[in-house]
Amino acid sequence: MTDSTAGGDVRLTGISKTYGSFTAVHPLELTVPQGSFFALLGASGCGKTTTLRMIAGLEEPTTGTVFLGDKDVTDLPPYKRPVNTVFQSYALFPHLNVTENIAFGLRRRGIKSVKKQVDDMLELVQLGDFAQRKPHQLSGGQQQRVAVARALINHPQVLLLDEPLGALDLKLRRQMQLELKRIQTEVGITFVHVTHDQEEAMTMADTVAVMSGGRVEQLGAPAELYENPKTTFVANFLGTSNLIEAEVVEKSGEDVVVTAGGAKLRLPGGRCSAATSSGGKLLVGVRPEKISLAHRDDEGAVADGRNRVTGRIVDSSFIGVSTQYLVDSPAGSGLSVYEQNIERDTRLVPGAEVVLHWNPAHTFGLDAAQAKDAGVEKVEDAA
Amino acid sequence: MTHLPILKWLRRNLVVIGGLATLAYLILPNVVVMVFSFNKPNGRFNYSWTRFSTDAWKDPCGVADMCGSLSLSLQIAFWATIGATVLGTMIAFALVRYRFRARGAINSLIFLPMAMPEVVMAASLLTLFLNMGAQLGFWTILIAHIMFCLSFVVTAVKARVMSMDPRLEEAARDLYAGPAQTFLRVTLPIASPGIAAGALLAFALSFDDFIITNFNAGSTVTFPMFVWGSAQRGTPVQINVIGTAMFIVAVVVVTAGQFIANRRKNSAKA
Repeated sequence: MTDSTAGGDVRLTGISKTYGSFTAVHPLELTVPQGSFFALLGASGCGKTTTLRMIAGLEEPTTGTVFLGDKDVTDLPPYKRPVNTVFQSYALFPHLNVTENIAFGLRRRGIKSVKKQVDDMLELVQLGDFAQRKPHQLSGGQQQRVAVARALINHPQVLLLDEPLGALDLKLRRQMQLELKRIQTEVGITFVHVTHDQEEAMTMADTVAVMSGGRVEQLGAPAELYENPKTTFVANFLGTSNLIEAEVVEKSGEDVVVTAGGAKLRLPGGRCSAATSSGGKLLVGVRPEKISLAHRDDEGAVADGRNRVTGRIVDSSFIGVSTQYLVDSPAGSGLSVYEQNIERDTRLVPGAEVVLHWNPAHTFGLDAAQAKDAGVEKVEDAA
Repeated sequence: MTHLPILKWLRRNLVVIGGLATLAYLILPNVVVMVFSFNKPNGRFNYSWTRFSTDAWKDPCGVADMCGSLSLSLQIAFWATIGATVLGTMIAFALVRYRFRARGAINSLIFLPMAMPEVVMAASLLTLFLNMGAQLGFWTILIAHIMFCLSFVVTAVKARVMSMDPRLEEAARDLYAGPAQTFLRVTLPIASPGIAAGALLAFALSFDDFIITNFNAGSTVTFPMFVWGSAQRGTPVQINVIGTAMFIVAVVVVTAGQFIANRRKNSAKA
């Protein structure tokens, strides 16, 4: 981000990949600005890894062009591209020690004196004491850092990371996320990171492209994607969303007024990604942490101008920092509400009649023609 | 009460005792061969111990034609190993890495020489050579040996190549290694234990093959054929000398290999 010499961007124009009758990646336009940390996020099979491999040159695109800066590299083999990859299972050479693994790229380009650079790299990834070890004598986290060092030592124009943290346990993953971010800031190289973990993508990346079914659903900064999802897939895949089927009543000024299960809701017209002609259908979305919960007896205390929906608590689970409620209401069943545990209302237990209320500005509107549960994490996917 | 500690000791050391017994069972024949290489038999047969002597060791080539046949066997084994290892390695890579028509058929046909009775293969090979009008001798033996060693090399190398992560080669290509460099620096070193195992197997199989060789040798005599021939007229002590020498060479090679591997492991740890 700091150094933005023009021409260092990765540009994919009209790039696609088909295997027989199966289309892994639909024609895609994507620009990764130089020096940025860019994440390709999606469930397995969404085409994110294929896209990455086309940038690396390990996969030949069916159509389209790959540009590195102004240079068309589409027809260059991987060993002639100034791009290096950190592979999913690290792919460290088992017959070489750490030093020789890291020096591999330099040696192949005919550089004889590699000691200084290897030492610098070992220091960057904090593995100085392990230079003589073989890969199988290292822990998962250490192997991962060797893989990063082996790629970075070549000062590539772009570093590609294919699910680099997938094999690590949760705690180590958090630690490596910070470390990768630190390294990226330190070396200033463009990182393109492929992951299925939305939290990982949001913590690390400047820009996230959410992919599904071989297409980019939405692209933007993490906060932008989270607050303003444009499709149900993005709304559900990034965090959790309550999506309520509603009917448009009217436009009043900047706002759109809709009805859902007898309740009148308002939302800013600017946050609607679908047509809002009156009588049309709309999916109204709100994040669970934006909703406040009040017992029906206190309904009068809810401020005017807030969206409100009545319902009954069907389930509650105490998480520690928050309590997560599941509420059935005429507007929709199974609405999620996350309440901070500041002052716990002991009346809010399963069976209690409640009012859900939130600031209309926190509401977004989506096209109702889409599948409502697209991108919802299945139980077996949850890591 | 008194016999109980013995039972306890037996139970505790059963695995060791069993292991030692099996080892003795394996090594005993070699020991007999070794001991009888120092025998000085009365008459032509070296079957009963007479007295200690180093005569045979001092003059290992003292028996007519024996060292000639030994040298021939070593040459055939050497070239058969080279031929079978090169071809077998290529076949193994092709079978694992590429999808092509008749791949499944070739996969099972490769095993045929291993499964087929040797005597059947020997006879059919002879028929083939005679029909082609080939002159039996060194070349027909070599062709036959490469043929039956091939399936062992393919099996050994295939197992290794199958367990190899194809991403390693992708990583090499990603790190500026062209196709030749990738093969020499990554593929070959990683596949080498399998290739070495296949080559050793091929050498041992070729060196001591009798049936197929006997059918297809014409008037050429290899070492196993010489031993067989002489066993009917009397067994010279020198046969035991050669046997012992081969055994020692094999033991030294294996021990050295283990030693080097261990040292490498230790130096990596230090």
